[in-house]
Amino acid sequence: MIFQKENTEVSFGAELRERIQELLSHYPEDKKKSALLPVLHAVQDAHQNWLSVGCMDKVAEILEIKPIEVYEVATFYSMYNLRPIGKTMFEFCQTSPCCLRGAEDLMDYTCSKLNINLGETTQDGQFTVKGVECLGACGYAPMMQVGDIYHENLTQEKIDELLTRYQS
Amino acid sequence: MAKKILLEKDHIEGIKSYEVYRQNGGYASVEKILAGVNPDDIVEEVKTSGLRGRGGAGFPAGLKWSFVDKKSGKPRHLVCNADESEPGTFKDRYVMERIPHLLIEGMICSSYAIGANLSYIYIRGEYMWVFYILENAIKEAYAAGWLGKNIKNSGFDLDLYVHCGAGAYICGEETALIESLEGKRGNPRIKPPFPAISGLWGNPTVVNNVETIASVPWIILNSGEDYAKIGVGKSTGTKLISASGHIKNPGVYEIELGLPVEEFLHSDEYLGGMIDDRPLKAVVPGGSSVPVMTADLFYKTAEGTPRLMTYESLAEGGFATGSMLGSGGFIVYNDSSCMVRNTWNFSRFYHHESCGQCSPCREGTAWMQKVLYKLEHGLGTMDDIDLLWDIQSKIEGNTICPLGDAAAWPVASAIRHFRNEFEYHVRFPEKVKNRNHFAIEPFQKAEATI
Repeated sequence: MIFQKENTEVSFGAELRERIQELLSHYPEDKKKSALLPVLHAVQDAHQNWLSVGCMDKVAEILEIKPIEVYEVATFYSMYNLRPIGKTMFEFCQTSPCCLRGAEDLMDYTCSKLNINLGETTQDGQFTVKGVECLGACGYAPMMQVGDIYHENLTQEKIDELLTRYQS
Repeated sequence: MAKKILLEKDHIEGIKSYEVYRQNGGYASVEKILAGVNPDDIVEEVKTSGLRGRGGAGFPAGLKWSFVDKKSGKPRHLVCNADESEPGTFKDRYVMERIPHLLIEGMICSSYAIGANLSYIYIRGEYMWVFYILENAIKEAYAAGWLGKNIKNSGFDLDLYVHCGAGAYICGEETALIESLEGKRGNPRIKPPFPAISGLWGNPTVVNNVETIASVPWIILNSGEDYAKIGVGKSTGTKLISASGHIKNPGVYEIELGLPVEEFLHSDEYLGGMIDDRPLKAVVPGGSSVPVMTADLFYKTAEGTPRLMTYESLAEGGFATGSMLGSGGFIVYNDSSCMVRNTWNFSRFYHHESCGQCSPCREGTAWMQKVLYKLEHGLGTMDDIDLLWDIQSKIEGNTICPLGDAAAWPVASAIRHFRNEFEYHVRFPEKVKNRNHFAIEPFQKAEATI
C-alpha cells in the first residue's frame, strides 16, 4: 500500500488556504492545475511533512482536478512523503562527488550512532536517515539536507552536534 | 585577471538586496532596452555574442530565441531552467543565492526580447531556501517598478513568478520541465513540436538555463561583439564551472572560455591542485552525464595538443578520447578512487531518475545498475562487462530525451578507459567485497593488467 489515510477529518487552516490562493494567483485563471507542485509543498509543510489521501483529495477539489491527477504527481516526485516520517529527516547526498569526500563513511557513522539502517526511522520516531541523489552541493561535500536547510562540509563532530541540536 | 561577467559583483556586501544591487548599476540593461530598443535587435545581439546554452547542451541562445513563433498571436513565455540537478553541478544556485537580481534583470531583458509577458523561474524543490530568496527579490523588483504592468511607462508588461519542483532530475529536460510546470509528472515530450512553437500550455516558449539568462544584461550593456571577443572560436564568453572532488579549492569559478585545463586544475587562482598532491586519475569535466576522461587524455588530446576549457577542445577526439564541457560540473578523482564504484553510483542515479516512459531507459538503467552492483561487490563475471557494454549501446539514441544517452555515456567511457579495473573486480573479488566506501587502495595497475 503506497498511500496512507488519516484517521481524522482533513482540514486546511486559514493560513494554508491563504497561501494556496496566493500560489493560484501565479497562474492563469484556467490553468489552476499548474499550481499543483507548489500547493502540495505547502500542504505537506502544514501537515507534519507528509501527504495523506485526505490531503491530496482536498487539493484536487481546490484545483478542480481529479484525485488521480494529484496521486500520479505525488508518487512521481521524490520530495512528497506519502506516509508519516520521523520528526527530523537527515537526507544525505549519496552521489559520487559527495562520496569522493567521505559521504558513505559519514552515513555509516550516523546510522550506527542512531542504531538504525539507512532508510529507517528510530524507535522514538525522532530521526529518519535517508540517502538521496545529488543535491547540488558537490563543492561543499559531504552534506545533508534537513528540512529546508543544507548542512555542508560535514564531519563526525558536526554530526554529533546536529544530533544533539535536533534531539531537543 | 580574468574577465568576470556574472560574478563581477558577487563579493559586494549586501548585493543580494535590491538597493545595493541598484546602486551598483543593477537594472541598467532594462533601462537601456525600455528606452526603445527593438526586441529583434536584442535577439540579433545575442546571436552575435555567440552565447550558448549553459545548461549543458550548448545550443546557441540567440538562435533558440529566433525560433519563437511570433506570428500565431498566442501569448509567449520565457521559462528559466533552475532545476540544477546534474551531479557535479552547483553553479546556478551560487548565482541565485548571491545575486538574485542579476537573474531577474536577465529575465526581464530576455522576456522583452522574445515578447513574453508571463515568465517563470522553475527551481528544483530541494533549493527551497533559494526559492525564498528569489521570491523576496521578485517582490522587491515589483515594488521598484521593474515588474508588472507598463514597466517604467514603456508599455511593456511582465509578470514573473518562481515555481518550485519536487525532486526529479528529469525536469531539467526542457519539455519535462514544461510538463511539470503544468502540474504533471515530468515526462519529456516528443519533439517536434519544439517549445518555441508549442511549449507551456501550448504557447510558444523559450526555456533557458540560469547562467544563460544572467549573461544577457552584460551583452545588452556592452555588445554581442564585445562578448564574442572573450573566449576562443565558437566558445565565446565566460563560463561558470562547479568544481568538486579531490581538489584543494572546490567551489564555483567563472573562467574565460579557452583557459588551459592544466592551469585551471593546478593554479592557485583556481582549483589549487590535488589534495595531498596525490596523482590525478580521472576527470569528469561537464557533469556526470559526460564521458569520464583519464588523466592523460584530460591534459592532452590524443594528438598531443594541450586541452582548453572550451566546448570544442574537451570534445576533441570524439567519445573515443574526448568528452564534453556540458554543464561545467567538474569532478576530479585521485588515484584512490574506484571507477567501478563511481560508475555504479552514477548508474544508480540514472536508474532512480529515469521517468520510466521509454523502455530502453527504464529497463536499461535498472539492468545496468544491477550488473554494476554485482561487479562492484565482487559478484560479477567477465561476461558481465560485455553485457554492460551491450546494454548501454542499446539505450543510447533510442529514447525520447537525452537521459538515456546520459546514462549510457558514463558506462561506455568507464569500460573504454578503465576496463582493467572492471576485470580486477572480477578476478580479485575478495579485495572489493564488503567495502562500503569509495576508496580503493591505490590501484595496482600491473596486477590489474596481468
